[in-house]
Amino acid sequence: MSGGMPGPPPEERPTPDGRRNAQGIRVDPEVAAEPPVRRAVISVLVAHEPGVLSEVSGLFSRRQFNIESLTVGPTADPDRARITVVCEEPEPGVDQLKKQLRKLLPVVDVRELPDDAVRRELALIKVDADDPAEVRAVAEMYDGRTVDACPETVTVEVTGSRQKVGAAVETLGRFGVREVVRTGTTALARGTDTTTDQTSTEQTTNAREPTTEP
Amino acid sequence: MTGPDSTPPGDADSTAEPADPATDHGATDESPDGRTDRPRDRRQRRDAATDGGIAATEAPAPEERPTDDAVAEDVSTGAEAAVAALEAGGVEHVFGVQGGAIMPVYDALYDASIRHVTMAHEQGAAHAADAYGIVSGRPGVCMATSGPGATNLVTGIADADMDSDPLVALTGQVPTEFVGNDAFQETDTTGVTTPVTKANYFASDPDAVGNDVGEALALAASGRPGPTLVDLPKDATNGEIPKDATNGETRSAPGEPEPPDSYEVTETADAESVEAAARRIEEARKPLLLLGGGVIKAEASEVCREFATEHGIPVVTTMPAVGAFPEDHDIALEMAGMHGTGYANMAVTHCDTLIAVGCRFDDRLTGGIETFAPDAEVVHVDVDPAEISKNVHADYPLVGDAKAVMAQLADEVKAFPRAEEWRETVQGWKDEYAMTYVAPDDEPVKPQFVVEALDEATADDAIVTTGVGQHQMWAVQYWTFTEPRCWVSSHGLGAMGYGLPAAIGARLAADAEGRDDAPVVCVDGDGSFLMTLQELSVAVRESLDITVAVLNNEYIGMVRQWQDVFFDGRRMASGYDWCPQFDVLAAAFGAEGFRIDDYDEVAETIEAALAHDGPSVIDVHVDPDEDVYPMVPSGGDNGQFALSEDHL
Ligand SMILES: Cc1ncc(C[n+]2csc(CCOP(=O)(O)OP(=O)(O)O)c2C)c(N)n1
Ligand SMILES: [Mg+2]
Repeated sequence: MSGGMPGPPPEERPTPDGRRNAQGIRVDPEVAAEPPVRRAVISVLVAHEPGVLSEVSGLFSRRQFNIESLTVGPTADPDRARITVVCEEPEPGVDQLKKQLRKLLPVVDVRELPDDAVRRELALIKVDADDPAEVRAVAEMYDGRTVDACPETVTVEVTGSRQKVGAAVETLGRFGVREVVRTGTTALARGTDTTTDQTSTEQTTNAREPTTEP
Repeated sequence: MTGPDSTPPGDADSTAEPADPATDHGATDESPDGRTDRPRDRRQRRDAATDGGIAATEAPAPEERPTDDAVAEDVSTGAEAAVAALEAGGVEHVFGVQGGAIMPVYDALYDASIRHVTMAHEQGAAHAADAYGIVSGRPGVCMATSGPGATNLVTGIADADMDSDPLVALTGQVPTEFVGNDAFQETDTTGVTTPVTKANYFASDPDAVGNDVGEALALAASGRPGPTLVDLPKDATNGEIPKDATNGETRSAPGEPEPPDSYEVTETADAESVEAAARRIEEARKPLLLLGGGVIKAEASEVCREFATEHGIPVVTTMPAVGAFPEDHDIALEMAGMHGTGYANMAVTHCDTLIAVGCRFDDRLTGGIETFAPDAEVVHVDVDPAEISKNVHADYPLVGDAKAVMAQLADEVKAFPRAEEWRETVQGWKDEYAMTYVAPDDEPVKPQFVVEALDEATADDAIVTTGVGQHQMWAVQYWTFTEPRCWVSSHGLGAMGYGLPAAIGARLAADAEGRDDAPVVCVDGDGSFLMTLQELSVAVRESLDITVAVLNNEYIGMVRQWQDVFFDGRRMASGYDWCPQFDVLAAAFGAEGFRIDDYDEVAETIEAALAHDGPSVIDVHVDPDEDVYPMVPSGGDNGQFALSEDHL
C-alpha cells in the first residue's frame, strides 16, 4: 500500500544473458537440452539392524528419487545387509542419491556398479495350465523351469537380466497370466572387485566434478 | 518409589495422569479408544508384565550401592546413564514437560547439576532448546514424554533440521514389551522423526542408553549440526545396568560424548581444489561472497570478514547468516533472496564469481534456479558433501569446515581480484535501491519504524528472535545486525510461534555464555504470538528478562499481502476481526504490559519495556495495510524484484 520503494522498475534494469538448467548448471539457452536420464545400479552396504530399510526407502520417497527396484538381503557378514538399488536419474540425481545415502548413519558403503556387473532378477509366473507341455517348452526357451503345477495352473521360474525376464513374462502372457512376482535387480561386480571393500574410491568428495556444461 | 508404576493392578485411578500402560489398562470408561472391552486376561497379563518389569528393574537400595568411590560417578539405571551423559557433555539446561514415560529420566535429573526449565508446551521446549543452541553454539536439549509429548516436539525438531541447529530431544517411550501394541501414549517416535532428524536412536537396553545419549549429543554438534533424538522406553530407563562383567563393579558414568566411529567429517578441502578456486577468485572481475548459516555455525564469521574486507569483495548473506558480516560495513549488501535488499539481489544476479560458504541454496534465496547468478562460476564451501551441486552446480566444490576452508582460501588467494569497477556498480545499486519507507503522520505507526526504534534503543549485542510473517521480514530488513548469534529465527521451516519460546531459550543461553547484559527482544506478529503465548508463564516463573514487541496488524499479514497481490484481494481467513489486548493478557500472566498506538509513544514505551527487569510485552498497533518490499515472487528472477505491488 505504501508508495513503494525507490529505484528503477524491473524492466529498466540490466539483465544478464546467462541461464541455468533445472539442475542448476549453467547452460547456453540457445542449445540447452534436458540432461539424459541414465539407469544406475547402486550397491549399498548397511548395518543389519531394524529400521534401516525404512530409513533408506523413506529417503528415496522424501527426495523424489526415481527408483526402479530395490532388493535387500543378508551378506556373508551377519552384521551387514546389502541393498541393491536401481535408479533412473540424470547424472546430478545419481550423484545426489549416493551422497544422501552416505549421510545415513547405518550406511557403511555406497558404490555404483559398473555397467558390466552381473545383474540378475528372478520372476515367478503363474499361468493357466490348458497346455502344460507348451508352457514348459516356452519356459525352456528362457532357461526357465516349471516349479509348481496343478490341474488349473503352472508356475514357471525364470532368472536372468531384466530384459530376459521381461521377455519371458511377455511370451508366457499368451497362456493367460494369473499372477507374476519379480524380485527386482540384484547385482555384483565382475572379477576380483568386491563391493564390500570399504575403501572405495568413490568416497572422495573434494574432487572437481565434471560439468556437463557446453 | 511411589508413583503410577507401583500402583497395584485394580487400584489404578481411571483418570490419573501421568498414566502409562500399566495404569491405563486399569482405566475404565475414560479410555478414548474403548479399551474397556479388552479381555480381562489380556489386561492382567499386561499389568503382570509391567509389574514384573518393575520388580526386575528396581534400582538397588542405596545401602547396596557401592560407596567406596564417588557415587555420582557411577550409574546404575538407564535413566541415570542418560543424565550422566548429558552432564558429561557439559549440558547446563534442559527444556521440557513431564509425563509418564519420561518420569524415570526426570527422576534422575532430581540430583543432577542440570537446570530444568518446565515449559508450557513441548513445542515451546523444542524451540527454546533450538534458540539455546543458536545463541550458545552448544546443543540445546529438550525432553518430553511419549505419544503427544513427542509429537508436540516435532515442529521444533523439524525447524532445527531445516536450519541445521544443534538440538537433542529425549523422548519417553512405553516399555519395550508394549511397543507395537498401540499402548497408551505410544507413538512410533523414531518413525515419525526419521525424516526430520540427523540421526535418531531407540535405546531399548539400559546398557545402551548412556552411549546413545552421548552419541546423540556429539552428533548434534559435529560436522553439519542438526537435531538428534533418543527414544527411551521406560523399561530401559528404569532398568538396571548390568555390573561390569570383568570386575563386577557398577559401571562408571559415560565419558565425554563422541560421535559414532563411522561418522566422518572432512575438516579441510584438498589443496588442489583450493588452488583452482583461488585462481578463479583472482581472475574475477565481479566477485561476490555469499555467507550462509554454516558460517556462524562453524565460527567462521571472523575469517570471512577478513577475507572480504582484505580483498574488497562485497558480501551478501542468507537469512540464517544475518550478523555474520556487519551490515553497516561499506561492502555489506545485507540479505539476498525473496525479501532481501534490491542491491543484494542485483549483485547476486550480476556477479561473475560467487563464493558461497555454508549455504544450501534454498529457493527463498535463489528464486527460480534458471535466473540465479546465471553468469557466475560458483565456488561452494560446505561441510556436507551432499549440499555440493544439490540445487546449484558448484564449479569449484570445497568440502570442509567453513572456518578451516576459508583460512585455506585466504592463504591461497595471492592477488586481489580487480573489482574496483564492480564495487562502484554495487555502491550505485545501494544508493538506487535504498531500504526506505514512508511514514506519513496521518497513517498508523509503520512497523519498520518500530523495528528501527528497538534497534536504536538496544546495544549492538542485542539478541532478536521473531515469529514468522511480515514482522519477521521487517525485523531482518530494518534492524542493523553486526554480530553473529544475535539473529534467532525460524528460517527454513518458517514456524509461526517460534519467537517467544526462542526468546526464553536465547535468554538462558546468553546468561550461560556471560552475555547477561545483552537484551533479548522478540519481534513477534499477532498471529505468531497467539500460537505459543502460553510460554509467557515460563518467562514470568523463571524471571527472564525479555521484551516482546508484538507488531500487531490484526492480520496474518503475510498471507493478507499475498492475497492482495495473487488472489485479487480476497482476504479469506487472514484477518482477525477481534484480537485480545496483548498488554492486558501480559499483565494476567504476571508480565509487564505496554501498548503503543502513536509515533510519539514509540521511543518512551520501548525504553520503559526494556528497562523493566523481567518479561514485558508491548502491543504495538501498526499499519495493517503495510506490505513487505522488495519482493521476488516464488520462483521469480532475483534481479526482477518488485519494489511495489505495481511491479508484480
Ligand atoms: C505454523 C504456521 N502456520 C501457518 C503459517 C503460514 N503463514 C506464514 S506467515 C503467516 C502470517 C503470520 O501472521 P503474524 O504472525 O501476525 O505475522 P504478520 O505477517 O502479520 O506480521 C502465516 C499464517 C506458518 N508460517 N506457520
Ligand atoms: Mg499480524
